[in-house]
Amino acid sequence: MRVGYLITGPQREMRNDNLYPLILKIILLSGMSAVALWAMIILIGMEEYWLVGALAAGVLCINFVFLNRRAYPFRYILPGLIFFVAMVIFPLVYTVRIAFTNFGTGHFLTKRRAIEVLEGRYYRPQDPVRYTFQAFQNEAGALRVILTTIDGDSFISDAEQLIAVDLSQVRFIDDNNDGLIDRFDGYRRLTRMEIFRNLAALERLRLSKDEYIVKMTSPAEFTRFHQRFRYDPIEEVMIDLKTGTIYRPQYGIFTSAAGERLTPGFKADIGWRHFREILHNPAISRPFFRVFYWTFLFAGLSVVTTFALGLFLALTFNDPLLGGKKFYRSILIIPWAIPGFISVLIWAGLFNTEVGIINQLIGHRIPWFQDPFLARTALILVNLWLGFPFMMTISLGALQSIPHELHEAAYVDGASPWQRFHSITFPLLMVSLAPLLVGSFAFNFNNFALVFLLTGGGPHIPGMPGAAGATDILISYTYKLAFGGGGWGIQYGLASAVSIIIALIIGTISLINFKLSGTFKEVTIDV
Amino acid sequence: MFRRSSLPRRISKHLIIWVFIALVFFPIAWIFSASLNPANTLIGQELIPPNANWDHFVNLFTNPRHPFGRWLLNSVKISGITAILTVAMGALAAYAFSRFRFRGRRTGLVTMLLVQMFPSMMAMVALFLFLQRIGGLVPWAGLNTHAGLILIYLGGALGFNAWLMKGYFDTIPRSLEESALIDGATPFQAFIWIILPLVRPILAVIAILTFIGTYGDFLLPSILLTGTEQYTFAVGLRLFIVGEFDTRWGIFAAAALLGALPIVIIFLLLQDFIVSGLTRGAVKG
Repeated sequence: MRVGYLITGPQREMRNDNLYPLILKIILLSGMSAVALWAMIILIGMEEYWLVGALAAGVLCINFVFLNRRAYPFRYILPGLIFFVAMVIFPLVYTVRIAFTNFGTGHFLTKRRAIEVLEGRYYRPQDPVRYTFQAFQNEAGALRVILTTIDGDSFISDAEQLIAVDLSQVRFIDDNNDGLIDRFDGYRRLTRMEIFRNLAALERLRLSKDEYIVKMTSPAEFTRFHQRFRYDPIEEVMIDLKTGTIYRPQYGIFTSAAGERLTPGFKADIGWRHFREILHNPAISRPFFRVFYWTFLFAGLSVVTTFALGLFLALTFNDPLLGGKKFYRSILIIPWAIPGFISVLIWAGLFNTEVGIINQLIGHRIPWFQDPFLARTALILVNLWLGFPFMMTISLGALQSIPHELHEAAYVDGASPWQRFHSITFPLLMVSLAPLLVGSFAFNFNNFALVFLLTGGGPHIPGMPGAAGATDILISYTYKLAFGGGGWGIQYGLASAVSIIIALIIGTISLINFKLSGTFKEVTIDV
Repeated sequence: MFRRSSLPRRISKHLIIWVFIALVFFPIAWIFSASLNPANTLIGQELIPPNANWDHFVNLFTNPRHPFGRWLLNSVKISGITAILTVAMGALAAYAFSRFRFRGRRTGLVTMLLVQMFPSMMAMVALFLFLQRIGGLVPWAGLNTHAGLILIYLGGALGFNAWLMKGYFDTIPRSLEESALIDGATPFQAFIWIILPLVRPILAVIAILTFIGTYGDFLLPSILLTGTEQYTFAVGLRLFIVGEFDTRWGIFAAAALLGALPIVIIFLLLQDFIVSGLTRGAVKG
């Protein structure tokens, strides 16, 4: 019927366009492109090439869509599409990217920066070169030192450098001819007392020369320290100059053949390692599979309990002679109307072991949130309170759409009320409700606010490594890995890997759901 | 009639329903009573506390230690802007999908549905790092800014909402615009002056659903907003009972009531609309 009907936007626009809108359009587009170009130049300067590419692609798209008449419909879609790509597609791709890196605690630095940090480390050799020193200060308070070795070689400090110097130069003035320099370049020698007064500043000096640095080791002397590590960019190894050990980069950390590691590590691609560890490394796989199992159990139990109660109430309601239905429904729907985070926090108070009203009514101090089984029970009970109005509403709708004649026919044939429910009502209900139940499962699978605000994922399971608690579901586990802190460190990489696993599960569930509800068919027929 | 329920049966049904009404009201009554109890603790809580007064409500707005009014305002601002922009962008896209036939249309529709599968919280790590990076370049849209959070929410504008709107647009007969087009209007003018006034109900429903959904979101603001001043109500409310403000249940109860009331009123007033919208989405906002 509708097929074949087309609003031929382009031609109409051509006919109606007078010149002014076109000029305005061109001005706007070129203005926007100019701003984008300016931003891109800045971004290139900051080496943000990814963003430059994204910006260029975006601007080209906008120009194309608004200048090309064949792309006319996309002018309407583009605003939403830009946000969709930037805030949905890109973060998903980025999540995958992070999942294959070790980004997190101990691996925050880039490789270049980690090498700089390691190359900035020094050690004191067995028999180090020692220097006596004289300290000098100018009017502005700046400090410089002249160091002398036993062999009589002299060096002068210049900012952070140490420079070999010949003390017989005329700029060095020895007023009383005692062999000690008293003044040079406006600097004046400090007395012993003044040295002590400036001791902290002198101790902070790090004077570098070649591959060693010199620093104060006692109020009487400076000592030479040698650079500890040097990176060999050709072999891509870190060499320990003290011992000669060679460290190779392995999963983002320089590791010797004996397994010794040099911290800090750096951000690196580690391939499938997170996924392998989730499967095989007990320190990760044990908590993961425990959480994994509970996530399914929690989502399943939530759907079954809320649906059972919702359906029960709907059947109670579905009586033409029952008065006050509209009123009852409005009241019973209230738990659905209250924003979830508020009700969950209220329930956290009700279940509180010390002060909660539930324990006061029962008269026992039941450790609701300290015992794993009780915490899980509380979670399911609270979710039952939160979720039954939704189930009641959809069941009521579905019940009312079942044709009355079917029941009547069964009644005439002598079926009992249970038989009528079991063989007619329930199967018909499931046809229309199955997609919604699957949707509810997917929702609870990611019900972060409930778990996080009621139990915080706890209690901790004794003997279980890592942050996972007895009521953690995958999404709250992800949160803990990435943002939980609490001594377990930040593990963006592993958290992203878990995110991907969630996405795969949810994706599969949703595909099943689309099949069940025939949504794809709807799209196909519609087109 | 085959199914005449007897009087005792009906009475028992009323009884069952009243039991559940009592269960629904149990936490609400408790929170109301706690909000009036000057003792600020829960021990020995009675339904009508002795010396009941409104001190906690006054305290909420006057005590600078917890910027409750600010949090509520932040939430309304973020949810409001998100709702308006989501509807604006969604309606534009829905119009194109409903009225034009073009290459990529079917792919677009299917993608819109697939998006809905992956709520943005699954990409929380990426979004956090992304905003952190953006903040280094454009400080007003980085971490701990409302603009950054709103931009992320707008990524969902083409999701199920646009799909629902498209379905509604399809029910508007095309003959209405056709006459305008023949009179020389551009499709965009037809959209603004003819279609928009006709689809106001669905626009309102989507705006309200988006508002409620954004208002109730907890995970993203709690990750992306780091300063107490920038918090939304959802993030701030938790502070009354954990950590920072030590546990003060009375003031928490008052805050919870004030924060929930507007949403509950909107929900109950528009329940038929909202329920039909939400049950089609099969998600609680």
